[in-house]
Amino acid sequence: MSKPLVSVRDLTVEFVGNRRAHALDKISFDLQPGEVLGLLGESGSGKSVTLRTLLRLHPQRTTRISGSMEVDGTDVLALQGRELEAYRGGTVSMVFQEPGLAFDSVYTIGQQITEAIRAHEAVDHRTAMQRALQMLERVQIPQARRRYDAYPHELSGGMRQRAMIALALACKPKLLLADEPTTALDATVQIQILLLLRELQKETGMSVIFVTHDIGAAVEVADKIAVMYGGRIVEENSVAGIVHSPRHPYTAGLLASTVSTENRGKPLLAVPGSPPDLSALPPGCSFAPRCSNAQQQCTREQPKVISLNGERLACWNPVLPLLKEEAVATA
Amino acid sequence: MAFSLNFAPQVAVPVMPTPARGYWSKVLRQLMRDPVAMTAALVVFLIVCAAVFAPWLAPMDPYKGSMIKRLLPIGSEGYMLSRLMYGGRLSLLMGVTPVLAAFGIGTSIGLLAGYVGGRLNMIIMRVLDVFYAFPSVLLAVAISGALGPGMTNSILALTLVFVPQVVRVAESVTTQVRKLDYIEAARMSGASAFSIIRVHVLGNVLGPVFVYATGLLSVSMILAAGLSFLGLGVKPPEPEWGLMLNTLRSAIFRNPWVAALPGLLIFITSIGFNLLADGVRSAMDIRR
Amino acid sequence: MKQETVNLASTDRGGPAQPLLMIKDLKKYFPVRGELFQRERKFVHAVDGVSFSVAKGKTLGIVGESGCGKSTTARLIARLVTPDSGSMIFDGEGVAEFGGIEFKEFRRNLQMVFQDSFASLNPRLTISETVAYGPQAHGVSKAQATERAHSLLARVGLRPEQFASRYPHELSGGQRQRVNIARALAFEPRLVILDEAVAALDKSVQAQVLNLLQELKAEHDLTYLFISHDLHVVHYISDEVMVMYMGQVVEMGPVEDIYGNSRHPYTRALLSAVPSMDPAKRTQHTPLSGDPPNPINPPSGCRFRERCPHAEAVCAAQIPALMAAQGNLAHTVACHMNDPQSAHTQTLMEVAA
Repeated sequence: MSKPLVSVRDLTVEFVGNRRAHALDKISFDLQPGEVLGLLGESGSGKSVTLRTLLRLHPQRTTRISGSMEVDGTDVLALQGRELEAYRGGTVSMVFQEPGLAFDSVYTIGQQITEAIRAHEAVDHRTAMQRALQMLERVQIPQARRRYDAYPHELSGGMRQRAMIALALACKPKLLLADEPTTALDATVQIQILLLLRELQKETGMSVIFVTHDIGAAVEVADKIAVMYGGRIVEENSVAGIVHSPRHPYTAGLLASTVSTENRGKPLLAVPGSPPDLSALPPGCSFAPRCSNAQQQCTREQPKVISLNGERLACWNPVLPLLKEEAVATA
Repeated sequence: MAFSLNFAPQVAVPVMPTPARGYWSKVLRQLMRDPVAMTAALVVFLIVCAAVFAPWLAPMDPYKGSMIKRLLPIGSEGYMLSRLMYGGRLSLLMGVTPVLAAFGIGTSIGLLAGYVGGRLNMIIMRVLDVFYAFPSVLLAVAISGALGPGMTNSILALTLVFVPQVVRVAESVTTQVRKLDYIEAARMSGASAFSIIRVHVLGNVLGPVFVYATGLLSVSMILAAGLSFLGLGVKPPEPEWGLMLNTLRSAIFRNPWVAALPGLLIFITSIGFNLLADGVRSAMDIRR
Repeated sequence: MKQETVNLASTDRGGPAQPLLMIKDLKKYFPVRGELFQRERKFVHAVDGVSFSVAKGKTLGIVGESGCGKSTTARLIARLVTPDSGSMIFDGEGVAEFGGIEFKEFRRNLQMVFQDSFASLNPRLTISETVAYGPQAHGVSKAQATERAHSLLARVGLRPEQFASRYPHELSGGQRQRVNIARALAFEPRLVILDEAVAALDKSVQAQVLNLLQELKAEHDLTYLFISHDLHVVHYISDEVMVMYMGQVVEMGPVEDIYGNSRHPYTRALLSAVPSMDPAKRTQHTPLSGDPPNPINPPSGCRFRERCPHAEAVCAAQIPALMAAQGNLAHTVACHMNDPQSAHTQTLMEVAA
C-alpha cells in the first residue's frame, strides 16, 4: 500500500466559544492519491467541520483541535503563516455549497482566478491570465473569453459553480475538498457538475473528499464512502459495499429510507428521532437512542472501530457483522 | 435486501425537556452582567430620582432670588442645588416625552406603511423624507420658532423631528417581517390584517424600534436643552438646565464651575442614557 | 362567550366526480425594474397559461426546476398573490366571484405548508399559540382552539405536555415542519398545498414526514398539491404529475405514465438527470446542457427549444399545444413531436430516451 496522501488520526474538534459543541470525536481515515472519498451524513454529523479543519478555517481562539492530520507529508496542524497560505489553495483547495460565497462580487471572476494563480506561483500577469482562461474552458464554461470578464452575479448558478471549480483547481491542488457543491443546484445542472468533477478528477489525478447528504451524488463520484454520525465515522467501505451491503444500522436506515421507485404505495422505513445535539452527546454510541439494534452495551460504551480489508465499522450490534477472524481492533 | 430491519413504529423520540424561558428576563439578566450599562443605569436612576423627588429633597425654593445676584461662594450652593434638581424635572420631561410620543406615533405609521406597501408606503415615506432631510437641530429650531416659545411647543417640535426617524426604522423592519413565511401562513388562515399586525408583526417590530428609540433619548435631552438655551423652550424663572446655561452665561468668567454645572448635568444624563441604550441593545442581541 | 363549538369543517359540495380544483389559463407576470427610460417594459413570465385539475382525494405532484413557476402557481392558487388572469374553480364553485365561495371560507378549505420550516413560524409565539391562532381568527374560543391545537400536535407526533409551550428555535427542522402541518390541519382543509415541504429536511427525517403526510391524507380525506424538485419523492407520493418549464405545463399525466413513458424531451432529461444509485451503472452523459433560463421575455414558439436536442424550425414558429399522448386523454404533452399534424420530422416515431 503506497503512502496515503491524506492521513487523519484521532482528530477531535471541540468548539468552546459562545456555542459549545463536540463537533468531531476521534475521526481517523486515509486517502490514497487519486482516490475519491465521499463523506455521507446529515446535519450535525461533522462532515463540513472535517473539511474546514483540513483547511484550518476555524477561529483558533474558540476551537480546540487534537489528533493529527497529514496531507502530502505535511503536518497540517503545525502550519503557520506563509506555509499555511501556500498550503491553502496550493496543496488543498475547496469548493463550497453556495457558489456566491467564494467570489468577491466587486471583481470579475477572471480577475479573481488570475489573482489566485499569482498568489501561489511566481508568474507574470499575462501567463496567469492565460492559465485562468484555460481553466474556464476546462470546466466547460461556454464562451469562456466573455465569461472571463463577467461579474459573479452576472452568471447563473451552474456557471458560478463551474467558475468556483475553476478557481479551486487553478493552482493544481493535490486534494480537492467539495462541501455539498451540488446541493443548491437544479437537477439537470447537478448532474452536469457531478460528471465534470469526475472528469476533472480523472484528468488531474487529484484526490477528492466530497461531502454530501445525498447518496446518489456520492455514488456518482466516490470510490469509497465514509458515513458520519454525531461527529464520528460509523462506517467506511467501498461504494458498492455501502450501497449493497451496509453494516451499520444508521447506514442501513439511510438507504432504506431513501425514497426510490420501489417504495410507492408502502410506508417508508424511516429512522425515528432526530440527529443528536452536539453539545450534549449521550454516553456510548451516539446513534443508540434511535437504533433498533441497540443493546445495553451500546448506551454505555462507545463502539470501538474495527478495521478489515479496507472496511471500517464502529458498532456493537451491526446489521451485518464484519467478520472478526482477522480483524484488528483500533482504538 | 440481504438484511432484515426492525424499525420502531412512528413515534417522536422524546427530547430532554427544557423550560421555555421568557425573552425579556433573559435580556434583563444579560444586562445585569454588563458593568458599564449598570453604572449608567445607576447614574440615570439617581438623577431621575433627584428630579422626581425634588419638592421633598431640595433644600430651598428654586424661585426665590436671582441667580446672578446671588452668586457668592458660600450660601448659594443650596439655591443652585435646588434649581438643578427642579430643573431636572423639566429637562427630563422635555427630553423623554418627545421620544415616547415619537415611539408610539412612529411605530403606528411605520407599521401601516410597511404592511400595506405599494403606493401608500411610497407616499408616506417620501413625505417623511422631506423632514428627514433637515438636520435635527435645524428642524427643531425651525418648528419651535414657528410654533412659538413654551414647553408644550418644544415637546411638539421635538416629536415632529423624531417621528420620521422612528417611522423609517419601523417601516424597514415591518417590510422585512412582512415577507417572511409565517406572515403568509397567517394570511392563509383568513385572519384580518389588523389581527395579523397585532399578533404577528407588532411583536417582532417593537424590538428594533425600541432599541432605536432608547438611542434617541440622549439626543432628545440635548436638543431640549438647546431649545431652552435659545429661548424657545421654557421661560424664566422656570428652572431648566438649558435655560440655566443661558442665564449663567454672563457668570462664566466669574464662577466657571457653577456656570458649567447645568451643562455638566445635561452631559451626564445624556451619556447615561446613551450607554444604557447601548447595553440594552447588546443584551437584546443575544442569540437565543 | 361562545358556548357551542364552531364547526370549521367544510362540506363536500360537488360530489365525488367533481374535481376539487380546476385551474384554467392562470397567468402572472412580474414587471422587471429596469432603467428609467426603457422602450419596452420587461416582464418575468412567471406563470404563463397554466391549466390543470385535481381530483378529490388524489395527490398532484408539480415538478420543475428554478424559474419554472411552480412556487408562483402555488401562491396564485392560495391567493397570496393575485393572478393577472385565469379562473379557479373550487369544488364546482368560483372563488371570490359572484355566487361563489366567500374568500374567508375559501381560506379554510385550502392551506399551505412552506419549505422553510423556521421562517414559517413566528419566533415569538409558542407552537401551541401558532397552531391555535388560525381557528381563533375564525371565531373559535381560545380554550377550544388551544385544545384543538394540542390534539393536532399529538397527532403529528409532538406530545403536547412536552412541546406545546416550546418556541420554534427549540425544535429541530423535522419537528418544526410537523408543527406547520398541524397548523395547516387546524382548519380541516380539503386541499393542502405542500410547497417543497420536505426539501430542507434531512433524508431520515424526510421519510418520517412523508409517512405522516400519507397517514393524514387517508385519515382526513385530503387532497394534496405536492410541489418539489425531487423526482423520487414526487414519484412516491403522487397520483398524477405535472411537469412545468418556464411558466408553462409541458407534460401532465398519471404518475406511471410520466415516469415510465414520458413523451416530452424535458421530462426525459429531468428523469435521466437523477443520480444513479448503482455504482456499476453511473451516469455517463448529461441529458441537458446549460442552466434553466430566466423567464424574462421568453423565446418564441416552444420555450424549451433552445436546450432541446430535437428542436427544428417549427418549434420556433409555433407554440405547441397540450395534446393527448398516443390517444391517452389522461396523459397530455406540449410538444410538436407528439402532434402528427405538426411539421416536425420526428413525429410518430418513438424518440430514443
